[in-house]
Amino acid sequence: MNLLRLSLAYIRARALNSALNVLLLALGVATIVVLLLFTHQLQHRLERDSKGIDLVVGAKGSPLQLILSSVYHVDIPTGNIPLADAEKLKANPLIKATVPLALGDSFEGFRIVGTNHDYVSLYEGRIAQGKLWEKPYEAVLGSEVAAHARLNLGDTFVGSHGLVEGGEKHEHSPYTIVGMLAPNGSVLDRLVLTSVESVWEIHGQGPHEEDEDEDENSGDPNKPRHLQPQELTALLVQYASPMAAAMLPRQVNSQSALQAASPAFESARLLNLVGVGVQTVRAFALILILCAGLSVFIALYNALRERSYDLAVMRSLGASPGKLLVAILIEGLILASAGVVLGLVLGHALSEVLGNWLHASQRVYITGWTVVPGELALILAAVAVGLLSALLPAVLAYRTDIAEVLARR
Amino acid sequence: MTEPVFALKHLRHAYNGQEVLRLDDWSVAEGENWLVLGPSGSGKTTLLHILAGILAPTEGSVSVAGRAFGELPASELDRFRGRHIGIVFQRLHLISSLTVLGNLMLAQYLAGTSQDIHAARALLASLGLADKANSRPHALSFGQSQRAAVARAVVNKPRLILADEPTSNLDDANAAAALDVLLAQARACNATLVIATHDRRIRDRFEHRITLGGSS
Repeated sequence: MNLLRLSLAYIRARALNSALNVLLLALGVATIVVLLLFTHQLQHRLERDSKGIDLVVGAKGSPLQLILSSVYHVDIPTGNIPLADAEKLKANPLIKATVPLALGDSFEGFRIVGTNHDYVSLYEGRIAQGKLWEKPYEAVLGSEVAAHARLNLGDTFVGSHGLVEGGEKHEHSPYTIVGMLAPNGSVLDRLVLTSVESVWEIHGQGPHEEDEDEDENSGDPNKPRHLQPQELTALLVQYASPMAAAMLPRQVNSQSALQAASPAFESARLLNLVGVGVQTVRAFALILILCAGLSVFIALYNALRERSYDLAVMRSLGASPGKLLVAILIEGLILASAGVVLGLVLGHALSEVLGNWLHASQRVYITGWTVVPGELALILAAVAVGLLSALLPAVLAYRTDIAEVLARR
Repeated sequence: MTEPVFALKHLRHAYNGQEVLRLDDWSVAEGENWLVLGPSGSGKTTLLHILAGILAPTEGSVSVAGRAFGELPASELDRFRGRHIGIVFQRLHLISSLTVLGNLMLAQYLAGTSQDIHAARALLASLGLADKANSRPHALSFGQSQRAAVARAVVNKPRLILADEPTSNLDDANAAAALDVLLAQARACNATLVIATHDRRIRDRFEHRITLGGSS
């Protein structure tokens, strides 16, 4: 017999109540775990995909949209910019390197990106099979695209017009797969890469002629023009020196046709927007944890009244008041620990399930099988809530007047 | 003459200024078993609590086995009580969340002695409770519960066993049996037994008696 076994015996004696308390705490912990895992991994993802890109130059429009479309490949582009403007910009001494991007088509929902080999090196992509593209109509698949499409080297496929599934297919000019990239967790996994010239050639040909007129006359600013030959969708820019951060965006934005947006700034803005929602859910989860603490408190407090004779008897058997205090604290600690452990397991499993579901529908990969830094603080906080809720009952147990209790009729 | 098992001197106890117990001098030698008689409210339970060291008297001194309670620090008094004094409560107060055996093991643990599960089982067996060791107290009959409570009181082989009204709710046969168990266990661990009771049926079995509440 020891205090741990004694506390366990008391927890077992009111198993249902204990289980409910554990569950309540576990739900709060699990909710926060899911939030932590999601925000942390999304943030990590956003940082990884914008690493090495100091500035994105594209057509005028929403800067956030520009970043989303040409760095994260989730939104539609703001429009296109003339190649001549891009070439002029490249000569700017504040710029160390640029990577061109030409968007417009997709393959089974995955975007086809016309770019150069620097784009692959930017994300430290490695070829798993074959080689990088050289000639027009040669394409390299990202790992997820390859897994999804089940195509082999040398196979051909046709892109469809537009960035979502169901666009008109470019049947007349199929791509040939010359390489596959190894998975590396970056946006490359979800892209089909080819040369800028391939994208130009496909759009320079027949089927878009009627669109072009319409596009040029269209006054709708929300509908970007289709890519024309000698145009780019965006230019990814690396600064030559820190000074460029202060000067280059202003220079670019003053040119009427172009806009510059900083991925770091825009993704911070995006996280802030999402953050309001996250904070709200987090507040609810904290309330849940506090409720669990309150429930543990009520349970222990009520149990204490039923148990006053037990406590007095234990004193008469030689227990010091301190021992009773510790026994009650251990009980709170056991309930809290069980709730935390269950909550962690639940939270990670739930994240994995949600992550898989999101992966299927949104192509955002989030796993539950990882540990993020905030979890330690969460564990400590939840255990502290458990201990705190046991503290008052424990102090009351400490103060039990045994003679008075035993003399009660 | 050997040292008395306990000695009370000039004892007074008052609740809210009202005196409930007055005992000038009482000492008990080893091997003596005593009956504390008196009507309800005469301070019998109070006296037992004072003897057990769970209640400090308003006035006077208590010493058990040569240790003066008034001079012991609280934690040492707790330890001393766990080790040397066994108490059988009127309402038994077995701990219902634990098994019968668990109650005995708890007594050993709280007394700070080494835990001996074999001794505890043997004790239960000697009281006819071998098959009840792993039962919860609520599954026991009153007689079984009482024997379990006696077992818990004597499991640490105390010097002094205090029993509060052990026979009051029992018929003649059961009262005699309960008393037999207490006397036998006291003899077995060579302890002094003090029983507080208003049950006149058992007074003839004790040669040492003290009566509280003035009369008789």
